[in-house]
Amino acid sequence: MIEVRDLQKNFGAQRVLDGISFQIESGESVAIIGRSGCGKSVLIKHLIGLMKPDTGDVLIDGESIVPMDERQLLRVRQKFGMVFQGAALFDSMTVKENVAFALRRNSKMTEAEISKRVARALEVVDLPGTENKNPAELSGGMRKRVGLARAIVYEPQILLYDEPTTGLDPIVSDSIDQLIIHVRDELKVTSVVVTHDMRSARRVGNHVIMLHQGKIQANCSPEQLFNSTDPIVRQFVDGIADPKENLINQPDYPTAFFRHPKE
Amino acid sequence: MTLTAKQRFEDSLAGLGQLAFLARDTFASLFKLRIVWSDVLFQLYSIGVKSQAVVLITGAFTGMVLGAQTYFQFHKVHMDTATLAVVSDAMCDELGPVLTALMVAGRVGAAIAAEIGTMRVTEQIDALRTLATHPVDYLVVPRVAAGFFAMPILVMEAICVGIGACYFVNVNLLGIDPAYLYYNMLHFTHDVDLFMGLTKAFFYGGIITLISCYKGMNCGLGAQGVGRATTEAVVYSSITVLIVNFFLTLILGKIVGLL
Repeated sequence: MIEVRDLQKNFGAQRVLDGISFQIESGESVAIIGRSGCGKSVLIKHLIGLMKPDTGDVLIDGESIVPMDERQLLRVRQKFGMVFQGAALFDSMTVKENVAFALRRNSKMTEAEISKRVARALEVVDLPGTENKNPAELSGGMRKRVGLARAIVYEPQILLYDEPTTGLDPIVSDSIDQLIIHVRDELKVTSVVVTHDMRSARRVGNHVIMLHQGKIQANCSPEQLFNSTDPIVRQFVDGIADPKENLINQPDYPTAFFRHPKE
Repeated sequence: MTLTAKQRFEDSLAGLGQLAFLARDTFASLFKLRIVWSDVLFQLYSIGVKSQAVVLITGAFTGMVLGAQTYFQFHKVHMDTATLAVVSDAMCDELGPVLTALMVAGRVGAAIAAEIGTMRVTEQIDALRTLATHPVDYLVVPRVAAGFFAMPILVMEAICVGIGACYFVNVNLLGIDPAYLYYNMLHFTHDVDLFMGLTKAFFYGGIITLISCYKGMNCGLGAQGVGRATTEAVVYSSITVLIVNFFLTLILGKIVGLL
């Protein structure tokens, strides 16, 4: 179980997280949504101890990880797998070496067992036979799938996804969503998916947390979120730009720039 | 944004503190043998084997030019046969370790800072942490251990090649009697000179790799951040080597009884 208590995080004068509290039960699948720059990625990095909060607490299975140092956190992180926004594959290694990394360093498996586990993980993400490719030879979608294979190969209890579909075309995004659901159901893991893709959030989350200006704006089921009458939630769900933020409505917007000089 | 002198001073102190913490973590891992020897072997190849050309050329041409210059001066006072002894002593004590360290700082320091810096900006270091791997154990310890091992060997090569090149110039180009040249070299070069040079090399290996790893792990964002970290790694490693060289010369001189 993941429990977050009154989390606050500032970068200089900017408050990114402002008193965030929630619980995620074991086996639950939660989508964290919100506009770009609202602190979603910062929040997910606190869950695995990649960042330390200014105040507040994060508990993993009842154990506070905030006072832990980097070496103590290694034990807790064995429960986690994380898929990064840019995949974060080790570019000096092949796909197999990437996926086998944690097994080679943190387990006593034989090379034959490791090869078997890697092949199985690559099959799960629909990339069989890519073991000897380099990350540079892969497309964006393939890289994210290798990142997912690397995260699931040692069968963690909790999987964190940081914007897994950002920058991918709708068809690849759909396949990544299917994969997240498949992994969730097959491995029975707790999933936390950070996204600003509403379609993705609705499909992969059986619970949705919406962040707005560093606070939790909504913490409910996807259906409740989509039927919400809260204007901030509605604006995000419907994807409507704030008139104040619409550049073309700004009085000093240089419309003359687009006119032909001879007009 | 322009920093005030006070901010720059505070940043420098904070940087020194972070470097001290990195050194503490690195040596703790080294002493507790949290070392993957295959990683150290790979780094030995990267730091040692790949630096061969640079180090050999530096050693050879330093020995040759020093041999020629010393001869030009000594010839005036009819001390031609002492040329190789002077070069040998200088190569063992100072020039071998310092020039090799500066060349390695340029080649290896830049490579380490750029590689680790790129890993940082592409979240690969965060990925390491999520895979329950301590970045210091994986990135810093093998490089520092390889630096400690590789530098004395590189310096030894530079000294040998430098003396050999000087001998070649003195005998074949300047016509000095090889027997006296060789005899004087053996007479005036002692074990302690070699001990001093290799001890210095051991420290410089640790200094260069540790500073470069620190710069890479704490680099700024984007290509500019990596570029800056790379430059700073080379500059700070080189300056530190030059400063530490002075103090090591005094300390080792005291230890071996030269002072």
